[in-house]
Amino acid sequence: MSKALLYDSTVCIGCKQCEQACATQNKLPYDDTVALEEQQSAHKLTVVLTRNDKFMRRLCMNCKEPSCASVCPVGALQKTALGPVTYDPSKCMGCRYCMVACPFSVPKYEWGKLFPKVQKCTMCPDRLALGKQTACAEICPTGATKFGERDDLIAEARQRIHDNPGKYVDHIYGLEEVGGTSVLLLSAVPFETFGYRTSLSKDPLPMLTYRVLSHIPDFVPLGGMVLGGIWWITHRREEVALAEGPKPTDKTKNGRES
Amino acid sequence: MTRVTKFRFTFWKLVFLLLMAAGLYATFVRFTQGLGASTHLSDQFPWGIWISFDVLCGVMLAAGGFTLTATVHIFNIKRMHSIIRPTILTAFLGYVLVCVALMYDLGKPYNIWHPLIMRNPHSVMFEVAYCVMLYTTVLALEFSPIVLERFNLQKPLKVVRAILIPLVIFGVILSTLHQSSLGTLYLIVPEKLHPFWYSPLLPVFFFLSAIAVGLAMTIFESSLSSKHFGLQLELPVLQELGRVLVVVLGVYAILRIEDLANRGALKLAFHPGYEAYLFWLEISLAIILPLVLLLQPRVRSSPNGLYWSAVLVVLGFITNRMNVSITGFEGSTGVRYFPKWTELAVTGMIIAGGFALFGLAVKYLPIFPTEELLHDAVTEPESALPEVSPVMEHAGD
Repeated sequence: MSKALLYDSTVCIGCKQCEQACATQNKLPYDDTVALEEQQSAHKLTVVLTRNDKFMRRLCMNCKEPSCASVCPVGALQKTALGPVTYDPSKCMGCRYCMVACPFSVPKYEWGKLFPKVQKCTMCPDRLALGKQTACAEICPTGATKFGERDDLIAEARQRIHDNPGKYVDHIYGLEEVGGTSVLLLSAVPFETFGYRTSLSKDPLPMLTYRVLSHIPDFVPLGGMVLGGIWWITHRREEVALAEGPKPTDKTKNGRES
Repeated sequence: MTRVTKFRFTFWKLVFLLLMAAGLYATFVRFTQGLGASTHLSDQFPWGIWISFDVLCGVMLAAGGFTLTATVHIFNIKRMHSIIRPTILTAFLGYVLVCVALMYDLGKPYNIWHPLIMRNPHSVMFEVAYCVMLYTTVLALEFSPIVLERFNLQKPLKVVRAILIPLVIFGVILSTLHQSSLGTLYLIVPEKLHPFWYSPLLPVFFFLSAIAVGLAMTIFESSLSSKHFGLQLELPVLQELGRVLVVVLGVYAILRIEDLANRGALKLAFHPGYEAYLFWLEISLAIILPLVLLLQPRVRSSPNGLYWSAVLVVLGFITNRMNVSITGFEGSTGVRYFPKWTELAVTGMIIAGGFALFGLAVKYLPIFPTEELLHDAVTEPESALPEVSPVMEHAGD
């Protein structure tokens, strides 16, 4: 079964310990200046946003059917059975199609480096492999970020919305967005406040390109046959014309080939 | 007379050298300090002019190669044979330059070979990478008889001629695939790309416009070559290309407008705004003006009418590619992208290099059929030099 994170913004106190734990886990620098940065970047893979005393985390959603992994020409990004969408920098050639394709604009690039990597939250795959929870969930003092089985967390999120009428926006963000994600969000204020798109399709986006790509194996032999057929007809026509009575102009032009 | 020619020559040579110097300095910055220092790219705008112009437009502008080889070798229309060599040369140079540009744009260019062994068949980029790689090889082979003839290597020449037809068919299939796939690349961003440019028909639009630009570039290039290399203009051939261009543009226009109307994007075009202005610029240059011009038989049969219609089509679809890849993203990302001078310098250097290589190839290889005959007529020592002027004159296009 696949693991997931449930973030309940009404429980969050904005202590930003998840940011710090994430930085430590991913060997990135973290100090007061970084703590004040209000956006995800190549050195800040998760961020706790504050709008009018309301908090909201942003991190990679680790989609069930991720656009980034689908578009990566070399398979540097992979969706694992356990839940995380992982990244292998040794495969990456730096085309940055993942950054263009991600519906949440999550992957960030090390623009300042000569040998740059893509950076994003990968849901602590090393910790999960050892049976541990993610660094951010482990450190969270209030349980706002909770780690568990995706199905269990969905049931719990539904329960929380049901038990506290009026407290939450009636929506589990990530349940259906782009086919579902491994990060689920609950909020007291509209998700757009924190830059989350709520108009996203319920279908996985990789379908859109695969629908076209899947025709290629049919197209190649078909195209070859059609073009070959046209070539045969046009040249056969010429042979026939030549046999029946060659025109001098045709002959002179036939002499040149490229 | 000679003085004027001399002046033009030195002027364009100076421009060429300046472009090269700026480009080389930008290259130095790119490969010693990275993408951050040499571009205006950002996390919000990961693809800039090197993708928009050098790759998307580069591949599109080289589409004459597959259009014309199909016309001559598959459809057996022999009248077009006289212009096939310069067209293949342009296509080959175009694809080589696309590959050069990719080396600048990729974050880790030394991993460019990775798609060969690390395959993800679900990725459009993977398919484009394979097609471009294979098609560049096909173009090199299609171009090789010209070089082999020059050095009179009969044996390899025989081999290439024997496989020419399967090669041409393979090239047309590869081109169909990756020309359309450059549009498919953007199918995965329905919520990011502006409705003027996001359409499920993007692959069809990219393919049809590649054919239109392929024809237009062939007209453009034949006209320029005839002017600057002192060759006879193949007017009947160009008129025929013009007629086909009208049909392709017409089909494209109907599909494009129908699609905009179906998706409800057409009414957006009448609300003034940044995107609407660039949309109208594109539609006017690519569809309205050339169709109005080319539908008049008088324009369609005159060398100047054909030339300017072709220029409009080329500029129009360059605008289209820039709109799809830059303008269309500015709304959703909330960032305005304008290339840094170093990005422009690299692009300028690559274009200038392309023109210079074309000039050199024409000078040393049997590209134009009448070259031999003309050689005796123009014997003054300056005759080989003025090619630098057409080389640079349209470098900024």
